[in-house]
Amino acid sequence: MIEIKDLHKSYKMGSNVLHVLKGIDFTVEEGELVAIMGSSGSGKSTLLNILGMLDVADSGEYTLDGVPIKNLNETKAANYRNKFLGFVFQSFNLINYKSAMENVALPLYYQRVPRKERQERALKYLEQVGLKEWATHLPSELSGGQNQRVAIARAMASEPKVLLADEPTGALDSTTSYEVMDLIQKINDQGNTILVVTHEDDIAHMCKRIVYLKDGVIVEDKKVKQVRASEYV
Amino acid sequence: MNSIRFLFDKNTWQEIFGSIGKNKTRTIITVIGVLWGIFIYIALAGAAKGMDNGFEKNFETVAKNSIWAWSQSTSIPYAGFKTGRTLRIKVKDAEVLKNRIPEIQYIAPVNTKGAFGGASALTVRGIKSNSYAVYGYFPEIAKIATQKIYDNGRFINDEDIAQARKVCVIGERTQQELFDEDEDPIGAYIRVENIYFQVVGVHKFTQTTPFGTDGDIFIPFTTFKKLYNTGDEIFNKIMGFADGITFLSLIVGVATILAGVIGIGNILLISVKERTKELGIRRALGATPREVRSLIILESVFLTMIAGIVGIILGAGVLSIINNLTKDINFPYTNPTVPIPFVLGALAIMIILGTLIGSIPAQRAVSIKPIDALREE
Repeated sequence: MIEIKDLHKSYKMGSNVLHVLKGIDFTVEEGELVAIMGSSGSGKSTLLNILGMLDVADSGEYTLDGVPIKNLNETKAANYRNKFLGFVFQSFNLINYKSAMENVALPLYYQRVPRKERQERALKYLEQVGLKEWATHLPSELSGGQNQRVAIARAMASEPKVLLADEPTGALDSTTSYEVMDLIQKINDQGNTILVVTHEDDIAHMCKRIVYLKDGVIVEDKKVKQVRASEYV
Repeated sequence: MNSIRFLFDKNTWQEIFGSIGKNKTRTIITVIGVLWGIFIYIALAGAAKGMDNGFEKNFETVAKNSIWAWSQSTSIPYAGFKTGRTLRIKVKDAEVLKNRIPEIQYIAPVNTKGAFGGASALTVRGIKSNSYAVYGYFPEIAKIATQKIYDNGRFINDEDIAQARKVCVIGERTQQELFDEDEDPIGAYIRVENIYFQVVGVHKFTQTTPFGTDGDIFIPFTTFKKLYNTGDEIFNKIMGFADGITFLSLIVGVATILAGVIGIGNILLISVKERTKELGIRRALGATPREVRSLIILESVFLTMIAGIVGIILGAGVLSIINNLTKDINFPYTNPTVPIPFVLGALAIMIILGTLIGSIPAQRAVSIKPIDALREE
């Protein structure tokens, strides 16, 4: 599903050059649930941003579902993001003046899905995350865990090839975190490919595979026995 | 083609209405600027038109098939002369015109002092005095613009012209101000700028020129010429007065609209800064830079249009109120309408300016990378 080869990325900070990614080789198969772990500054968020086409690598190859991702301009990147990817962010990133349903329907708007169908599909995904009766509520009227579930529903609504979650539990307490991870595991059980960036060990062990990043290189890549989040809920 | 389809796509507008409707404070503040601008524009243009119509109505005592001619300065070079030469109509030009164009029935040179620009003439009778505009007339003027003279009096006649008599026709107000109520002004003498004139008539005031008043003093053209020694020059600028007002209100109105639209641009610019994160989210979810840009520009145009239409309605309302208030008083103000081309022109200007001004924040919105926009707190 995802194949990257010798990925490099550096940032200019004034006169200093910060080499964040120093040659990453990494493959993800369809249906995997991968945790990317590392301390802050290890390059894990940068890697996720490049995978999410929100950022561009300096060199290296990136293939997503057989499509080589290169020579991206903003328009092309936007179309790929819309077609291939779903995002879940630490701070939810819901649009505050739109209701839960409208937020979930937004990626479908950019896929030019008609309004009626958008709403139906949005409701379907809200139901999957257990928030159907909250559909008309604004993000400010929902709890953090509910907001993150709306964000997950939004990410899934466009039926992406890969779900990218950047610290999805970073702003949540542990009980709510496990609820969110339970949801992510269930989505993965349906065969969806998911990448989760985290620095929490327990969250990482709820995935099927853990990739450790340190100072811009992969130091360990191992399959783990998945801990079901439902045991904690 | 793509952009046309985008423009008429119901979904596009639902998205825009959503964004506008759910940011009410921003929307209202944004709209007020342009609304005020277009309101001023409509009110001014309508008032100018109303005054224009008012003058025209007052002109009805003037023969419909009459023309007033005056000279200004040249606007194109001619026979080696440069532009901007000041031309003067001469009295003998009237003769030339009359001879060359037999269709001219009456021709009446006019001269004036104090009607516009220049000081009016100090007029004294006994211990009473005031200043009035003085007109040098030929009797023919009465054939072109009806002159109503009160009983016992008469208008200027050919003998007055031939002998350059010191006679005058005074206005109703002049009579009131210089004579007692029971006095007969006919035959009395008044001093106009140190020369004594015998009053031969009192004219009932009717608006025949945009600047005529009920205090005007008419004297024979030839006397005027002797008195002021400038008789060869006839009116430089008579009318063009109402035109001037219309033009001025147009400029003021357009400038106000411009200011309003710049206000919209300003607020959109701030709102784009506020919405950086929202726009970042949209782009992460697959909005192309073009879609983001269109969203901002269409919001701008839409707000401008709404503001414009409400402003037009309010302006029309105020105009009709003024019209009702001035109906019964003697003020040259009739039927204040704004010509449709003016309204359409204003709408066109608003759409164009709305697009232009909206494209600044739109460009700014897409110049931020989505990744930076998402980081914004």
